Amino acid sequence: MTTILVKKKKRRKITGRKVSLTISGWVIGLIFLGPYVEMMITSVKSKSEILSIPTTYLPQHWTWSNYITIWKQLPLAQYLRTSIVVSLSATLLVLLLAVPAAYYVGRNKFRGRSGFLLLVLVTQMFSPTSLVIGIFREVIKFHLVNTWMALILVYAAFNMAFSIWILSSFFASIPIEIEEAAWIDGASRLQALLRVILPIALPGLITAFIFTFISAWNEFVIALTIESSPAHQPLTVGLESLIGQYQVQWQYLFAGSLIAIVPVVILFALIEKWLVSGLTAGSVK
Amino acid sequence: MVLYPAYEMIRTSFMNIDETGTSHGFTGLSNYRTLIHNPNLISVLERTVIWTITVVAVTVLISLPIAQILHAKFPGRRLVRYALIVPWAASVVMTSTSWLWILNGYYGILNRILLGLGLIQDQIQFLGSQIQSFAWLIVVAVFVSVPFTTYVILAGLTTIGEDILEASTVDGASGWQRYKNIIFPLLRPALLIGMVINLINVFNSFPIIWVMTTGGPGYSTDTTTTLAYKISFRNADMGQSAAMATINFGIILIFILFFLKVSRWREST
Repeated sequence: MTTILVKKKKRRKITGRKVSLTISGWVIGLIFLGPYVEMMITSVKSKSEILSIPTTYLPQHWTWSNYITIWKQLPLAQYLRTSIVVSLSATLLVLLLAVPAAYYVGRNKFRGRSGFLLLVLVTQMFSPTSLVIGIFREVIKFHLVNTWMALILVYAAFNMAFSIWILSSFFASIPIEIEEAAWIDGASRLQALLRVILPIALPGLITAFIFTFISAWNEFVIALTIESSPAHQPLTVGLESLIGQYQVQWQYLFAGSLIAIVPVVILFALIEKWLVSGLTAGSVK
Repeated sequence: MVLYPAYEMIRTSFMNIDETGTSHGFTGLSNYRTLIHNPNLISVLERTVIWTITVVAVTVLISLPIAQILHAKFPGRRLVRYALIVPWAASVVMTSTSWLWILNGYYGILNRILLGLGLIQDQIQFLGSQIQSFAWLIVVAVFVSVPFTTYVILAGLTTIGEDILEASTVDGASGWQRYKNIIFPLLRPALLIGMVINLINVFNSFPIIWVMTTGGPGYSTDTTTTLAYKISFRNADMGQSAAMATINFGIILIFILFFLKVSRWREST
């Protein structure tokens, strides 16, 4: 009799917990989505509606043409091209250099491996923002002002450490026996790395790829400082020029922002299930 | 590529550089001297410390329960996790712009909601006074920092095996006891990494302040990072700004070392 009672009580407790869990979960989701929903709503309001009091919750006229107008008003295609070329090149450069480095660190137990994490932290401390003046002078010195190359090199350099860190812990977690089996089968070290190890380390590669891509895609200060010609400005800088004008044209600003945000959110959402395992590997090792 | 700008920056901090960027040789400590005589420096330094500590502390305090909730299973968890990713993936500049609009004193949606709920009678200029602006800057900084921190803690939670939790349940530990005595200590490595990365990011954070207040009115919401930028690109004094940035770097270094010492980094790794 008592056991049955206890069981019943326990089950009810769990359901109550589940309901409050679900509600709080959804509330959290809504809070973090809120500013972007407001962005979306504002982006389809007409200019007069934006400047009306009281503010409307939803647009009275859904002015989707804002998206076409901004596309014509700003060299948006140009900004978008810069963002894509720069972010993609920087990311590929990072992976090209980080994979061999991480492989070495992950496979060889050399002295000071634990100090490696600290080194990563130090390079993290050298964030581009805090070094903006040094970078600016460096870019002038190498005659890279107003080039894509400047951004590509800076973004690649500042994302290298993190990628090496994530990747090396992935490589370290792959048993050496798998690799040895490949060697016995006659594969060279490089072949074993390319055909056997990299496919297994794919979650790590994807995590490193996305992290670098997103940080390059969203970077603002360096691009603002060293790119003065619109032809070489990425989206973040190009769109902010709308704020500098006499009156902020919120509807266009947000339409443009969403064009920039949506692709990276989709990218990020695609790797969501690897995100936790990628970070786990990084934080355990 | 990373170390050279650092070297160049420190070198610049000892040089006399005019508005056009031409160098007039070394001037010793004169840039640092000018900087120290800047009447705003002390308040900016104080604000930077308050800013960094408050944002990181609040972020962690909020992220811990959120991670716990998102670790448990409930209908729609996947969607909520996606929602949490958005502020992380979206550019901080754009997120700050959205907040700037939400907080707008005349047309902002927050005023509308509060009026609609009858909580306020008149519109509030959220970014009107220094204290309020600064508080909102902190809110936005926490908003953009929580997703990453939550995910780091989530990653930490997944490393704690179900068997450990089950064993403690069998032992009869209550929910809170279990959290305090078993889960929290096991989360330490993840939490430390999350906090250190946050410390660095928040300290160096530029876009939020720049977009929402440009450090104003005056210098009243500047941190050392935005002040350094202002000095170099508004006052066109590269040398002095480099001095500020060098001091800045020293501060973050002290911050991190202090933090690692307090948290006994070595013992946990």
